[in-house]
Amino acid sequence: MSILELRGISKHFGAIHALNDVDLSLETGEVLGLMGDNGAGKSTLVKVIAGNFPPTHGEIRIGGENVHFSKPVEAREKGVEVVYQDLALCNNLSAAANVFLGREINKRLGPFRWLDHAAMARRAGELFSELKSETRPRDLVRQMSGGQRQAVAIARTRLSKARMVLMDEPTAAISVRQVAEVLDLIRRLRDSGMAIILISHRMPDVFSVCDRVAVMRRGAKVADKLIKASSPEEVTGLITGAIQTA
Amino acid sequence: MATDIANPPPKANVSIESVLGLQTQSPFQRLLGAQSFWVTIALIFICLVMAYLQPASFATPENFYNITRNFSFIGIMALGMTVVIATGGIDLSVGSVMGLVAVACGLTLEAGYPWWAAVAVGMFAGFVTGLINGVIIAYIGLSPFVTTLGMLSIARSVAVVLSGNRMIYKFGPSGPAFKWLGGGSIFAGTHYEVSFPLLFLIVLTAILGVVYKMTAWGRHVIAIGGNEQAALLTGVPVNWIKVQVYIVSGMAAAFAAILNVGWSGSAINALGSTYELLAISAAVIGGANLMGGEASAYGAFIGAALIFVIRNALLMAGVDSNWQGTFVGTFLIAAVYLGKIRGAKRE
Repeated sequence: MSILELRGISKHFGAIHALNDVDLSLETGEVLGLMGDNGAGKSTLVKVIAGNFPPTHGEIRIGGENVHFSKPVEAREKGVEVVYQDLALCNNLSAAANVFLGREINKRLGPFRWLDHAAMARRAGELFSELKSETRPRDLVRQMSGGQRQAVAIARTRLSKARMVLMDEPTAAISVRQVAEVLDLIRRLRDSGMAIILISHRMPDVFSVCDRVAVMRRGAKVADKLIKASSPEEVTGLITGAIQTA
Repeated sequence: MATDIANPPPKANVSIESVLGLQTQSPFQRLLGAQSFWVTIALIFICLVMAYLQPASFATPENFYNITRNFSFIGIMALGMTVVIATGGIDLSVGSVMGLVAVACGLTLEAGYPWWAAVAVGMFAGFVTGLINGVIIAYIGLSPFVTTLGMLSIARSVAVVLSGNRMIYKFGPSGPAFKWLGGGSIFAGTHYEVSFPLLFLIVLTAILGVVYKMTAWGRHVIAIGGNEQAALLTGVPVNWIKVQVYIVSGMAAAFAAILNVGWSGSAINALGSTYELLAISAAVIGGANLMGGEASAYGAFIGAALIFVIRNALLMAGVDSNWQGTFVGTFLIAAVYLGKIRGAKRE
């Protein structure tokens, strides 16, 4: 069964049609590459799924259930986690504090609820070691490398029973060595049974971790095929419009 | 290079688990990195120098009593200010709020109501001004600077109108109890006399310190200053917390005003004018970052202490009191510069 199904999704901002009648499905344990030029509608599509704003038309089904989100928190409750392009991290807080931001573990003492620093550091440490990342829970995010910061943002998606992770350009602004690290993180997420949508501009990333690639152009989906049946050349053609559809 | 091949870098054979408990900074390093630590050192240094130079006037129990009481009012305001500054905001209205609260308390007492009613009315006035600031800033989206600058003008003008521009000093039957609240002390008559305002400041500093370190609310306040968008996306109720921080600041100013009126025994609508600058200076000297994301309760305490010790020291040293502003201003700029250097080191 598809974990995510989009049917006829459109999003209009006034006269601008950011998305036009997009269908998309995603299976558990699948990594879908979502590609397209700037302004093709990739980010808008992800924001619709993540609950940042509702679609103008169309329906979203998660695990077969019809859903309507008005806030990101509602999408999260349905198991949709997002790793934002800028990672949404607070540099002035520790890795553990960032992982648990907005979902802190409290312990009760008297009439008040106190942060359970030890439990949060322990759990964050477990998540980092599951992701095989050398990130230390008590380090400030400010002092971290791009790969470690990604690990913090990804660890956050593992806190709850997420079923699907949307990743917006996770390899856009980091070094080559760290890209390999992040791609490994994505594979580990997939192996743990998560469905993943990877938005990327980088052809090598998509062709090394994705099972399937969907190409957007001018708000419409122009291709959706298995990686094995495609090639970087074909995808490039689809993105630029040299090839109309596939 | 040949040497690189001959001496390969040592292999990292540390397991992930073994470093999980480590921190990049030891507690000692963190202490050295904290601005409030260096301000404390500066404060002790100034006190020692003054005690040596002016043993008869500076290092006396009476002088200690006076300085600590005087800086307590500003310290309490500065505590509230750190919470606002931590979110990346600013509250310029606190001085005027003091004037409004003073008048509100004075009128309540003058009308013959009990002391606790005056306290409640004063705190409520602080709550309302903070609520108005917070709602405008969080939900209408105006800048904190402009909003609280407007409230600075509004609160002062309302205070003048309500008071009929007169001093209120006939406090009615409940006057003595109200005056005791701000003017009382423990261990009176001994060398260890401690004023109530200082006691309140110490207790409030401890409470706010615990709130910053140990509660989700404190962490969210710091997170909003660090990256407001990130806090919003992770589900922190950003707007509601912003309203709350201005309420905290307004009520801190109100409490300082209540103690100040009790201590001085009269309520004037001019109370607290330009105090907002002292409160902001105290918070910043203590290490609060005006860009948000960094603030400490102890910093507000020690920052207020430093400002008043400098003023007192200059007075004792026979320097014309008009020079006080120059010294305090210099310390403020130096503190911001120090914070900038610390920030650059960390990047």
